[in-house]
Amino acid sequence: MTWSVEKLRVEIEGRLALCDVDLRLESGTVTAVVGGDGAGKTTLCRVLTGLLRPTSGSLSLPATIGYQPAGSGSWGDLTVRENLRFVGDAHRFSNAHFSERLGEMMEATALGPAIDRLAMHLSGGMRQKLGVAMALLPRPELAVLDEPTTGVDPVSRIELWQLITRSVTSGTTIVLTTTYLDEAARAGTILALEAGSPLAYGTLTEIGRLLPGALWSTDTQPSEPHRWRRGGAWRVWSPDGHSPPHASRLEPDLNDVLTALSLATNREGMKS
Amino acid sequence: MTKLVEVSELVKRYSEQVAVDEASLEISEGEVVGLLGANGAGKTTLIRCLLGLLDFDSGRVSLLGESPNRNVLRRVGYVPQGLGLYSELTVEENLDFRREIFGSPRIEGVVDDRRVDELPHGLQRRAAFTAALAHRPQILILDEPTSGVGPWTRAELWDTIRAEVSNGAGALVTTHHLDEAEYCDRLVLMAAGRVVKSGSLSELISGETAVEVTTDRRDEAFAALTEAALLTVLSGSKLRVVSADEQQVTRILSAEGIAGHAAAVAASLDEVFIATSSR
Repeated sequence: MTWSVEKLRVEIEGRLALCDVDLRLESGTVTAVVGGDGAGKTTLCRVLTGLLRPTSGSLSLPATIGYQPAGSGSWGDLTVRENLRFVGDAHRFSNAHFSERLGEMMEATALGPAIDRLAMHLSGGMRQKLGVAMALLPRPELAVLDEPTTGVDPVSRIELWQLITRSVTSGTTIVLTTTYLDEAARAGTILALEAGSPLAYGTLTEIGRLLPGALWSTDTQPSEPHRWRRGGAWRVWSPDGHSPPHASRLEPDLNDVLTALSLATNREGMKS
Repeated sequence: MTKLVEVSELVKRYSEQVAVDEASLEISEGEVVGLLGANGAGKTTLIRCLLGLLDFDSGRVSLLGESPNRNVLRRVGYVPQGLGLYSELTVEENLDFRREIFGSPRIEGVVDDRRVDELPHGLQRRAAFTAALAHRPQILILDEPTSGVGPWTRAELWDTIRAEVSNGAGALVTTHHLDEAEYCDRLVLMAAGRVVKSGSLSELISGETAVEVTTDRRDEAFAALTEAALLTVLSGSKLRVVSADEQQVTRILSAEGIAGHAAAVAASLDEVFIATSSR
């Protein structure tokens, strides 16, 4: 199955929150929506889950959608089991079906030893895992996860990705938001948003081709307008391909492409 | 290079639990040291000990050649995880307050007159930086300074850190975000209170591998690999297996009759970190 969003536009109290957003969501894939504060990531999640009606555009989405809102999505004064039970009851799971899914989720999340602990007493990483487990429990056709790995340490983050991969390989389609570009690169498809508009959309390979000209690395601060710091060195993007002095050419990664496109959109160099 | 911070064999216990276990680290002029570790690895405890905010059981801490004291702390800029700003005051009021404490000069330019708790997260982070750096400290201690900000704000915050350091300061930065490690000159990895690895990014990842699996039967391959208790995650259209070797992966796939190609590829810092932490 393929689900889609076309020419999405959202205005909230007269302010443009999203515009020109298109998505094609194929079954069994992960799409990462990446962007900073106010880029429109959460607005897009709310539209996909039916919590917010778009101003215009068309949506073709499945009947069952799981959702993890930003900030975990569990109830702090319920235990791990009660949180999951609540989701199971809302989906009218039989006791037997619930027990089976609960067992699978405990195995996938390693939350078993904490099953009777209140969610408010879980560590940040465990709480995020619970939130993702709640979104995935009903085996939705589409799961929308809003920043599932923010504030999560690297060990829990890889475990969350294993949980996400497990769900994707059983046919669920996932849309997740993140502020981490290395994580976005892990997803098959990436939508980068800036101020509500798409900066780039496609697979990693497709996005890599969006940058014309050439990318350079240099140790001395360059004078070119499209420059930024990367580690201890500077990056320079020259749209016409010319080389700045004492620079070596590089193949751009996702971080480079999105930074360069963002600079081109804003037409200003980053402060030195 | 002058050493700004020296921590040697620091031990901090909370009753029976050892939070920091003989950890040592140094920060010199002109360098950014990244302190990486899972939650509970002891990063924040170590920072609180070196700032003199927490007593420790044994070991030695030296800031600019002195043990932590009020005088030497005037030359330290600290951004704690919780920002360290008064959220019910405006940014301007926060900066005024700091200026009185540190006797630092007024900051030029327009200062935000909104309350800190009314600002978007990225601007709160920037305000915390401005407040911590206003007195031109020689030592910067930044505890998850970029947590929750977007990629472009993050790049700007790193610009600020690198600019201070190229003027002779030294910085200690904790992060969960391992792709920020490239901004650090040196990295210190902590697990269970101990320093388990340190060195430059290229030193830490050199020779370490993960296994990348290319197959048309992704879903079955994932099931077989996780059944064999291998940590396996999606990577674009492929799968990546952490802490495994290619023969092992090939064996598991062929036992299940799954056609595919397993290749050893250079591990990311994340993957090295997970392998190190679980050893």
